[in-house]
Amino acid sequence: MNIFDFFRERKKETPASIAKERLSIIVAHERGQRSQPDYLPALQKELVEVIRKYVNIDQDQVQVALENQGSCSILELNITLPDR
Amino acid sequence: MAKILVVTSGKGGVGKTTTSAAIGTGLALRGHKTVIVDFDVGLRNLDLIMGCERRVVYDFVNVINNEATLTQALIKDKRLENLYVLAASQTRDKDALTKEGVGKVIDELSQNFEYVICDSPAGIETGAHLAMYFADEAIVVTNPEVSSVRDSDRMLGLLASKSRRAEQGLEPIKERLLLTRYNPERVTKGEMLGVEDVEEILAINLLGVIPESQAVLKASNQGVPVILDEQSDAGQAYGDAVDRLLGKDVPHRFLDVQKKGLMQRLFGAR
Repeated sequence: MNIFDFFRERKKETPASIAKERLSIIVAHERGQRSQPDYLPALQKELVEVIRKYVNIDQDQVQVALENQGSCSILELNITLPDR
Repeated sequence: MAKILVVTSGKGGVGKTTTSAAIGTGLALRGHKTVIVDFDVGLRNLDLIMGCERRVVYDFVNVINNEATLTQALIKDKRLENLYVLAASQTRDKDALTKEGVGKVIDELSQNFEYVICDSPAGIETGAHLAMYFADEAIVVTNPEVSSVRDSDRMLGLLASKSRRAEQGLEPIKERLLLTRYNPERVTKGEMLGVEDVEEILAINLLGVIPESQAVLKASNQGVPVILDEQSDAGQAYGDAVDRLLGKDVPHRFLDVQKKGLMQRLFGAR
Protein backbone atom coordinates (compact mmCIF):
# COMPACT_ATOMS: atom_id res chain seq x y z
CA MET A 1 0.00 0.00 0.00
CA ASN A 2 1.51 3.32 -1.00
CA ILE A 3 0.83 6.70 0.54
CA PHE A 4 -1.89 7.57 -2.02
CA ASP A 5 -3.86 4.46 -1.18
CA PHE A 6 -3.72 5.49 2.43
CA PHE A 7 -5.52 8.77 1.70
CA ARG A 8 -7.94 7.16 -0.71
CA GLU A 9 -8.82 4.63 1.97
CA ARG A 10 -10.04 7.36 4.28
CA LYS A 11 -12.50 8.72 1.76
CA LYS A 12 -13.99 5.30 1.14
CA GLU A 13 -17.76 5.07 1.24
CA THR A 14 -19.19 3.72 4.45
CA PRO A 15 -22.44 1.76 4.66
CA ALA A 16 -24.00 4.82 6.31
CA SER A 17 -22.95 7.18 3.51
CA ILE A 18 -24.36 4.80 0.90
CA ALA A 19 -27.62 4.65 2.86
CA LYS A 20 -27.76 8.45 3.03
CA GLU A 21 -27.16 8.84 -0.68
CA ARG A 22 -29.79 6.26 -1.64
CA LEU A 23 -32.30 7.76 0.76
CA SER A 24 -31.73 11.32 -0.45
CA ILE A 25 -32.44 10.27 -4.03
CA ILE A 26 -35.55 8.17 -3.37
CA VAL A 27 -37.03 10.67 -0.91
CA ALA A 28 -36.54 13.56 -3.35
CA HIS A 29 -38.14 11.49 -6.11
CA GLU A 30 -41.13 10.52 -3.98
CA ARG A 31 -41.63 14.09 -2.79
CA GLY A 32 -41.74 15.22 -6.40
CA GLN A 33 -44.46 12.70 -7.17
CA ARG A 34 -46.36 13.65 -4.02
CA SER A 35 -46.75 17.24 -5.14
CA GLN A 36 -48.23 16.17 -8.46
CA PRO A 37 -52.01 16.26 -8.72
CA ASP A 38 -53.83 12.91 -8.67
CA TYR A 39 -55.24 13.41 -12.19
CA LEU A 40 -51.85 13.33 -13.95
CA PRO A 41 -51.71 9.56 -14.71
CA ALA A 42 -55.31 9.62 -15.98
CA LEU A 43 -54.55 12.66 -18.10
CA GLN A 44 -51.56 10.90 -19.63
CA LYS A 45 -53.62 7.79 -20.40
CA GLU A 46 -56.38 9.76 -22.11
CA LEU A 47 -53.90 11.82 -24.12
CA VAL A 48 -52.33 8.63 -25.43
CA GLU A 49 -55.77 7.35 -26.44
CA VAL A 50 -56.54 10.52 -28.38
CA ILE A 51 -53.19 10.58 -30.14
CA ARG A 52 -53.50 6.86 -30.99
CA LYS A 53 -56.50 7.68 -33.14
CA TYR A 54 -54.11 9.35 -35.54
CA VAL A 55 -50.61 8.04 -34.83
CA ASN A 56 -49.57 4.70 -33.41
CA ILE A 57 -47.64 5.40 -30.22
CA ASP A 58 -46.94 3.65 -26.93
CA GLN A 59 -47.78 4.78 -23.41
CA ASP A 60 -44.13 5.54 -22.66
CA GLN A 61 -43.76 7.83 -25.66
CA VAL A 62 -45.81 10.48 -23.90
CA GLN A 63 -44.31 12.29 -20.96
CA VAL A 64 -46.40 14.54 -18.78
CA ALA A 65 -44.76 16.68 -16.11
CA LEU A 66 -46.03 19.47 -13.96
CA GLU A 67 -43.53 22.06 -12.86
CA ASN A 68 -44.23 24.68 -10.26
CA GLN A 69 -42.66 28.06 -10.83
CA GLY A 70 -43.66 30.54 -8.21
CA SER A 71 -47.33 31.37 -8.55
CA CYS A 72 -47.94 29.43 -11.77
CA SER A 73 -47.57 25.81 -12.82
CA ILE A 74 -46.39 24.64 -16.22
CA LEU A 75 -47.79 21.45 -17.69
CA GLU A 76 -45.13 20.04 -19.95
CA LEU A 77 -46.16 17.54 -22.58
CA ASN A 78 -43.57 15.66 -24.53
CA ILE A 79 -44.73 13.29 -27.28
CA THR A 80 -42.30 11.28 -29.32
CA LEU A 81 -43.73 10.41 -32.73
CA PRO A 82 -42.40 7.31 -34.45
CA ASP A 83 -40.18 7.59 -37.55
CA ARG A 84 -42.05 7.92 -40.78
CA MET B 1 -58.71 22.65 25.11
CA ALA B 2 -56.16 19.89 25.07
CA LYS B 3 -53.19 19.60 22.79
CA ILE B 4 -53.62 16.57 20.51
CA LEU B 5 -50.33 14.78 19.85
CA VAL B 6 -49.92 11.88 17.46
CA VAL B 7 -47.04 9.43 17.72
CA THR B 8 -46.57 8.00 14.24
CA SER B 9 -43.95 6.45 11.96
CA GLY B 10 -45.37 4.52 9.03
CA LYS B 11 -43.08 1.57 9.68
CA GLY B 12 -43.83 -0.90 12.45
CA GLY B 13 -41.59 -1.86 15.33
CA VAL B 14 -39.69 1.42 15.55
CA GLY B 15 -40.97 2.34 19.03
CA LYS B 16 -44.30 4.17 18.66
CA THR B 17 -45.99 2.52 21.62
CA THR B 18 -42.87 2.71 23.78
CA THR B 19 -42.68 6.41 22.91
CA SER B 20 -46.39 7.07 23.50
CA ALA B 21 -46.15 5.43 26.93
CA ALA B 22 -42.96 7.27 27.83
CA ILE B 23 -44.01 10.72 26.61
CA GLY B 24 -47.51 10.44 28.11
CA THR B 25 -46.11 9.32 31.44
CA GLY B 26 -43.49 12.08 31.32
CA LEU B 27 -46.14 14.75 30.76
CA ALA B 28 -48.19 13.39 33.68
CA LEU B 29 -45.05 13.30 35.86
CA ARG B 30 -44.62 16.99 35.17
CA GLY B 31 -48.15 17.70 36.37
CA HIS B 32 -50.12 17.71 33.10
CA LYS B 33 -53.35 15.74 32.96
CA THR B 34 -52.73 13.31 30.10
CA VAL B 35 -54.54 10.49 28.34
CA ILE B 36 -52.86 8.02 25.98
CA VAL B 37 -55.18 6.54 23.34
CA ASP B 38 -54.35 3.30 21.52
CA PHE B 39 -55.48 3.45 17.87
CA ASP B 40 -54.16 0.01 16.95
CA VAL B 41 -57.54 -1.72 16.74
CA GLY B 42 -57.16 -5.49 16.57
CA LEU B 43 -53.55 -5.44 17.82
CA ARG B 44 -53.65 -3.47 21.05
CA ASN B 45 -50.44 -3.33 23.04
CA LEU B 46 -50.34 0.00 24.82
CA ASP B 47 -52.12 -1.64 27.79
CA LEU B 48 -49.24 -4.15 28.11
CA ILE B 49 -46.54 -1.50 27.89
CA MET B 50 -48.39 0.59 30.50
CA GLY B 51 -48.97 -2.44 32.71
CA CYS B 52 -52.75 -2.14 32.85
CA GLU B 53 -53.70 -5.06 30.57
CA ARG B 54 -55.77 -6.78 33.26
CA ARG B 55 -57.84 -3.71 33.97
CA VAL B 56 -59.28 -3.22 30.46
CA VAL B 57 -63.06 -3.56 30.72
CA TYR B 58 -64.31 -1.23 28.03
CA ASP B 59 -62.33 0.11 25.07
CA PHE B 60 -62.22 2.85 22.43
CA VAL B 61 -64.68 1.10 20.10
CA ASN B 62 -67.17 0.53 22.94
CA VAL B 63 -67.18 4.28 23.53
CA ILE B 64 -67.65 5.06 19.82
CA ASN B 65 -70.58 2.61 19.65
CA ASN B 66 -72.14 4.06 22.83
CA GLU B 67 -71.74 0.73 24.62
CA ALA B 68 -69.83 2.46 27.40
CA THR B 69 -69.17 6.01 28.56
CA LEU B 70 -65.72 7.53 28.34
CA THR B 71 -65.53 7.58 32.15
CA GLN B 72 -66.12 3.83 32.21
CA ALA B 73 -63.52 3.13 29.52
CA LEU B 74 -60.70 5.33 30.81
CA ILE B 75 -58.16 3.36 32.84
CA LYS B 76 -56.52 5.38 35.58
CA ASP B 77 -52.81 4.73 36.02
CA LYS B 78 -51.90 3.18 39.39
CA ARG B 79 -48.66 5.13 39.69
CA LEU B 80 -49.57 8.63 38.60
CA GLU B 81 -52.52 10.81 39.51
CA ASN B 82 -52.76 12.62 36.16
CA LEU B 83 -52.44 9.71 33.78
CA TYR B 84 -55.12 7.72 31.94
CA VAL B 85 -55.17 5.11 29.18
CA LEU B 86 -57.88 4.40 26.61
CA ALA B 87 -57.32 0.90 25.24
CA ALA B 88 -57.93 -0.16 21.64
CA SER B 89 -60.47 -2.82 20.87
CA GLN B 90 -59.39 -6.33 19.91
CA THR B 91 -62.17 -6.57 17.29
CA ARG B 92 -61.31 -7.78 13.81
CA ASP B 93 -63.82 -5.38 12.27
CA LYS B 94 -61.77 -3.11 10.03
CA ASP B 95 -64.39 -0.37 10.05
CA ALA B 96 -64.65 -0.14 13.83
CA LEU B 97 -63.13 3.34 13.82
CA THR B 98 -65.00 6.08 12.00
CA LYS B 99 -64.01 9.69 11.54
CA GLU B 100 -67.18 10.90 13.30
CA GLY B 101 -66.78 8.43 16.17
CA VAL B 102 -63.10 9.25 16.74
CA GLY B 103 -63.84 12.99 16.43
CA LYS B 104 -66.50 12.74 19.10
CA VAL B 105 -64.21 10.90 21.54
CA ILE B 106 -61.25 13.23 20.90
CA ASP B 107 -63.56 16.20 21.46
CA GLU B 108 -64.76 14.88 24.78
CA LEU B 109 -61.21 13.99 25.87
CA SER B 110 -59.86 17.41 24.99
CA GLN B 111 -62.37 19.02 27.35
CA ASN B 112 -61.03 17.03 30.30
CA PHE B 113 -57.32 16.69 29.57
CA GLU B 114 -54.33 18.90 28.82
CA TYR B 115 -52.69 16.37 26.50
CA VAL B 116 -54.21 13.65 24.34
CA ILE B 117 -51.53 11.29 23.00
CA CYS B 118 -52.67 9.25 20.00
CA ASP B 119 -50.62 6.07 19.61
CA SER B 120 -50.83 5.31 15.89
CA PRO B 121 -50.71 1.82 14.40
CA ALA B 122 -48.12 1.08 11.70
CA GLY B 123 -49.06 1.49 8.06
CA ILE B 124 -51.22 4.09 6.34
CA GLU B 125 -54.65 2.47 6.73
CA THR B 126 -57.71 3.79 8.59
CA GLY B 127 -56.27 3.48 12.11
CA ALA B 128 -53.11 5.39 11.23
CA HIS B 129 -55.06 7.98 9.29
CA LEU B 130 -57.53 8.63 12.10
CA ALA B 131 -54.76 8.72 14.72
CA MET B 132 -53.16 11.69 12.96
CA TYR B 133 -56.29 13.30 11.50
CA PHE B 134 -57.18 15.45 14.54
CA ALA B 135 -53.59 16.14 15.67
CA ASP B 136 -52.07 19.51 16.51
CA GLU B 137 -48.56 18.12 16.77
CA ALA B 138 -46.85 14.99 15.50
CA ILE B 139 -43.94 13.03 16.88
CA VAL B 140 -42.44 11.06 14.01
CA VAL B 141 -40.60 8.08 15.45
CA THR B 142 -37.76 6.94 13.19
CA ASN B 143 -34.95 4.40 13.41
CA PRO B 144 -31.62 5.30 11.76
CA GLU B 145 -32.27 2.77 9.01
CA VAL B 146 -33.32 3.19 5.36
CA SER B 147 -36.85 1.74 5.36
CA SER B 148 -37.85 3.58 8.51
CA VAL B 149 -36.58 6.94 7.21
CA ARG B 150 -38.36 6.49 3.89
CA ASP B 151 -41.65 5.55 5.59
CA SER B 152 -41.33 8.52 7.94
CA ASP B 153 -41.02 10.81 4.95
CA ARG B 154 -44.15 9.27 3.48
CA MET B 155 -45.92 9.89 6.79
CA LEU B 156 -44.78 13.53 6.73
CA GLY B 157 -46.43 13.88 3.33
CA LEU B 158 -49.69 12.50 4.69
CA LEU B 159 -49.54 14.74 7.78
CA ALA B 160 -49.25 17.72 5.47
CA SER B 161 -52.10 16.75 3.16
CA LYS B 162 -54.57 14.36 4.79
CA SER B 163 -55.12 15.82 8.26
CA ARG B 164 -57.99 17.94 9.56
CA ARG B 165 -55.67 20.94 9.74
CA ALA B 166 -54.66 20.47 6.09
CA GLU B 167 -58.25 19.99 4.92
CA GLN B 168 -59.53 23.04 6.76
CA GLY B 169 -56.59 25.21 5.74
CA LEU B 170 -55.48 25.74 9.35
CA GLU B 171 -51.93 26.11 10.55
CA PRO B 172 -50.12 22.84 9.63
CA ILE B 173 -49.38 20.11 12.16
CA LYS B 174 -46.13 20.78 14.00
CA GLU B 175 -43.88 17.85 13.10
CA ARG B 176 -40.98 16.66 15.21
CA LEU B 177 -38.46 13.89 14.78
CA LEU B 178 -37.70 11.37 17.51
CA LEU B 179 -34.79 9.15 16.52
CA THR B 180 -34.92 5.87 18.44
CA ARG B 181 -32.62 2.85 18.79
CA TYR B 182 -29.63 5.09 18.13
CA ASN B 183 -26.23 3.50 18.48
CA PRO B 184 -23.44 6.15 18.62
CA GLU B 185 -20.74 3.51 18.37
CA ARG B 186 -22.03 2.21 15.03
CA VAL B 187 -22.54 5.78 13.79
CA THR B 188 -18.87 6.53 14.55
CA LYS B 189 -17.84 3.43 12.61
CA GLY B 190 -19.92 4.57 9.63
CA GLU B 191 -22.28 1.63 9.96
CA MET B 192 -25.38 3.60 10.92
CA LEU B 193 -26.99 6.83 9.73
CA GLY B 194 -26.13 9.67 12.09
CA VAL B 195 -28.64 12.05 13.62
CA GLU B 196 -27.53 14.87 11.26
CA ASP B 197 -28.05 12.61 8.24
CA VAL B 198 -31.63 11.77 9.21
CA GLU B 199 -32.38 15.40 10.10
CA GLU B 200 -31.04 16.50 6.72
CA ILE B 201 -33.12 13.97 4.77
CA LEU B 202 -36.40 14.51 6.62
CA ALA B 203 -35.87 18.26 7.22
CA ILE B 204 -37.92 18.53 10.42
CA ASN B 205 -37.06 19.67 13.94
CA LEU B 206 -35.41 17.17 16.24
CA LEU B 207 -37.32 16.41 19.43
CA GLY B 208 -34.84 13.90 20.75
CA VAL B 209 -32.55 10.94 20.26
CA ILE B 210 -33.22 7.78 22.26
CA PRO B 211 -30.21 5.48 22.47
CA GLU B 212 -30.58 1.76 21.80
CA SER B 213 -30.93 0.51 25.34
CA GLN B 214 -31.49 -2.68 27.29
CA ALA B 215 -33.74 -0.68 29.59
CA VAL B 216 -36.51 -0.57 26.95
CA LEU B 217 -37.07 -4.34 26.86
CA LYS B 218 -36.70 -4.53 30.62
CA ALA B 219 -39.36 -1.85 31.06
CA SER B 220 -41.82 -3.40 28.62
CA ASN B 221 -41.36 -6.83 30.26
CA GLN B 222 -42.42 -5.25 33.53
CA GLY B 223 -45.19 -3.05 32.17
CA VAL B 224 -43.46 0.10 33.36
CA PRO B 225 -42.98 3.02 30.93
CA VAL B 226 -39.21 3.31 30.41
CA ILE B 227 -39.24 6.99 31.41
CA LEU B 228 -39.86 5.84 35.01
CA ASP B 229 -36.47 4.07 34.94
CA GLU B 230 -34.65 7.27 35.71
CA GLN B 231 -31.28 5.54 36.01
CA SER B 232 -31.39 4.36 32.40
CA ASP B 233 -30.06 6.25 29.38
CA ALA B 234 -33.31 5.73 27.43
CA GLY B 235 -35.38 6.91 30.40
CA GLN B 236 -33.31 10.08 30.71
CA ALA B 237 -33.40 10.72 26.96
CA TYR B 238 -37.22 10.46 27.01
CA GLY B 239 -37.25 12.84 29.99
CA ASP B 240 -35.28 15.39 27.96
CA ALA B 241 -37.66 14.94 25.01
CA VAL B 242 -40.66 15.67 27.24
CA ASP B 243 -38.97 18.82 28.55
CA ARG B 244 -38.34 19.96 24.96
CA LEU B 245 -41.96 19.22 24.14
CA LEU B 246 -42.89 21.61 26.95
CA GLY B 247 -40.69 24.29 25.43
CA LYS B 248 -37.52 23.88 27.50
CA ASP B 249 -34.18 24.20 25.80
CA VAL B 250 -32.37 21.01 26.81
CA PRO B 251 -29.09 19.93 25.14
CA HIS B 252 -29.09 16.55 23.39
CA ARG B 253 -27.34 13.73 25.23
CA PHE B 254 -26.22 10.18 24.39
CA LEU B 255 -25.09 11.19 20.88
CA ASP B 256 -21.46 10.26 21.42
CA VAL B 257 -19.76 7.05 22.34
CA GLN B 258 -19.50 6.73 26.10
CA LYS B 259 -15.86 6.29 27.02
CA LYS B 260 -15.31 3.25 29.17
CA GLY B 261 -13.40 3.78 32.37
CA LEU B 262 -10.49 1.58 33.38
CA MET B 263 -12.65 -0.44 35.77
CA GLN B 264 -15.32 -0.95 33.12
CA ARG B 265 -12.70 -2.13 30.67
CA LEU B 266 -11.24 -4.54 33.17
CA PHE B 267 -14.47 -6.01 34.43
CA GLY B 268 -16.51 -5.68 31.24
CA ALA B 269 -19.46 -3.80 32.70
CA ARG B 270 -22.09 -2.99 30.09
